[in-house]
Amino acid sequence: MSLSLDDVKRVANLARIEIGEEEATTALAQLSGIFSLIRQMQAVDTAAIAPMSHAQDVMQRLRADIVTETDQRDLFQSIAPQVEAGLYLVPKVIE
Amino acid sequence: MQWETVIGLEVHAQLSTQSKIFSGASIAFGAAPNAEACAVDLALPGVLPVLNRGAVERAIRFGLAVGAKINSPSIFARKNYFYPDLPKGYQISQYELPVVEGGTVMFHVAETEKTVRLVRAHLEEDAGKSLHEDFHGMTGIDLNRAGTPLLEIVSEPDMRSSAEAVAYAKTLHSLVRWINICDGNMQEGSFRCDANVSVRPRGSGRLGTRCEIKNLNSFRFLEKAIDHEARRQIEIIEDGGTIQQQTRLYDPDRDETRAMRSKEDAQDYRYFPDPDLLPLEIPSSWISEVRDVLPELPAQMRSRLERDYGLSSYDAETLTADREIADYFVAVVSNLPSDPKLCANWVMGETSAYLNDAGKSFEHCPLSPGELAQLLTRIKDGTISGKMAKEVFRQMWSRRSEQETGWKSLQAKTDQSLVDQIIESQGLKQISDSGAVEKLIDEVIATNPKSVEEFKAGKEKAFNALVGQVMKAARGKANPAQVNEILRSKLK
Repeated sequence: MSLSLDDVKRVANLARIEIGEEEATTALAQLSGIFSLIRQMQAVDTAAIAPMSHAQDVMQRLRADIVTETDQRDLFQSIAPQVEAGLYLVPKVIE
Repeated sequence: MQWETVIGLEVHAQLSTQSKIFSGASIAFGAAPNAEACAVDLALPGVLPVLNRGAVERAIRFGLAVGAKINSPSIFARKNYFYPDLPKGYQISQYELPVVEGGTVMFHVAETEKTVRLVRAHLEEDAGKSLHEDFHGMTGIDLNRAGTPLLEIVSEPDMRSSAEAVAYAKTLHSLVRWINICDGNMQEGSFRCDANVSVRPRGSGRLGTRCEIKNLNSFRFLEKAIDHEARRQIEIIEDGGTIQQQTRLYDPDRDETRAMRSKEDAQDYRYFPDPDLLPLEIPSSWISEVRDVLPELPAQMRSRLERDYGLSSYDAETLTADREIADYFVAVVSNLPSDPKLCANWVMGETSAYLNDAGKSFEHCPLSPGELAQLLTRIKDGTISGKMAKEVFRQMWSRRSEQETGWKSLQAKTDQSLVDQIIESQGLKQISDSGAVEKLIDEVIATNPKSVEEFKAGKEKAFNALVGQVMKAARGKANPAQVNEILRSKLK
């Protein structure tokens, strides 16, 4: 599978990254390089190997189901650009 | 052409933990905006999620209850999308290796047993809430709900009508409350349904293009939205059109669904394993521990009630519709083990009706099971008739209904003699002295020669009329069986 310029622009759009024509072309070349590396790795037979989901061979530590946090809303909201009635205000979003 | 509707459901059940899935903030409903949103929920830089054992434990409980496979390891993944009520820019969910895989849910639709297969049930975090009104053109964000643990339960497209979908959703709703993993409060959004709906010619093996209807927060809306959506799709196809894969929103005011977004602008969520969360290991010893404390499930209890108590499958199903009625029934029978059927009739009949009128659930029943059993004992020993018992019940209810607490907290201090007090003080006691009954019967025979004659001529109806007269003379306090017997012997 080879990557197109449109693919690069689509991924950039999904990630909300503003990207110019020139940058997109550069990114395309770099990403294509990464893809050829992946193609090389995919040639290895991994049929008998369990997929790795994390680089560390350690399992998740769990916490007890206890409320440990207190209300620090005023502190958190002191750095928010705009608040009202306890709510964080953001530019209007319409579904 | 005959059309068939094909439905699969995705149910989001908020888990009844104390704290959030990845932080130590409270999940209590109704707090002041953002009072329960901590640094992790706000996605402040440098914070890390730590998984809540209680959320995993509840997922295991669900998996065992539906006979599913519990995956270990199980993996958490990032589901990436941008929306202000999701401050991290991704939702922590599961993609490959969800905690629960497979399983089945069984229920009845109009006497027919139906089995729906589950694809999976995975853990994820809820998003915050956006408030679009009244902020001078801005949107207000409340992140209290952000990070609330959810179990998303995904079914196979195994349902063929809105009635089946509703029955499935109700069964699931009752199950999650039964095993105590979710409070099931639909108004507060604790149990939310999305429906995937498609249509195809009856008998076709291929699935049609589906539309997903979002956020159906009542069983009635679920039913109406599916019916409407199926009609809409059939009309389009019959007019020669094709169905576009879409996400649609149900509008209950207009009883219609409308497009939210089409497949072209559907999100590409770019799932990948969350590097902040190590794989979750669920040792088999933990699964055994959870299994050991799992309550008897509704389906098991249903067959036990049929087998051990000789109840009909309808009665058994009604009495296991939820945990509260089941607990109450079991408590009544434990006080009157000799007649489970009589107990069942009064729990499903009178008690249920009074609770309904009062808008209360069985949990808040003001009459203790012991008191109800005492009343039923008085029917059985002939002290009162069934009809009189209803009057006694009414009076017991009016004396007890002021109480705010339910029967479980009351039980210790309930007065077992209440039933007898009422029977005594209201003179409701049945006339069991056969001499007194005979006297009444003699009077009735003497004053109703016409009926007596008709009966002797072979009219059975006339006999009933005479019984009625006796009961009337006894002001309902005679035992009908006894009256029958004596009257018949006298008329021979």
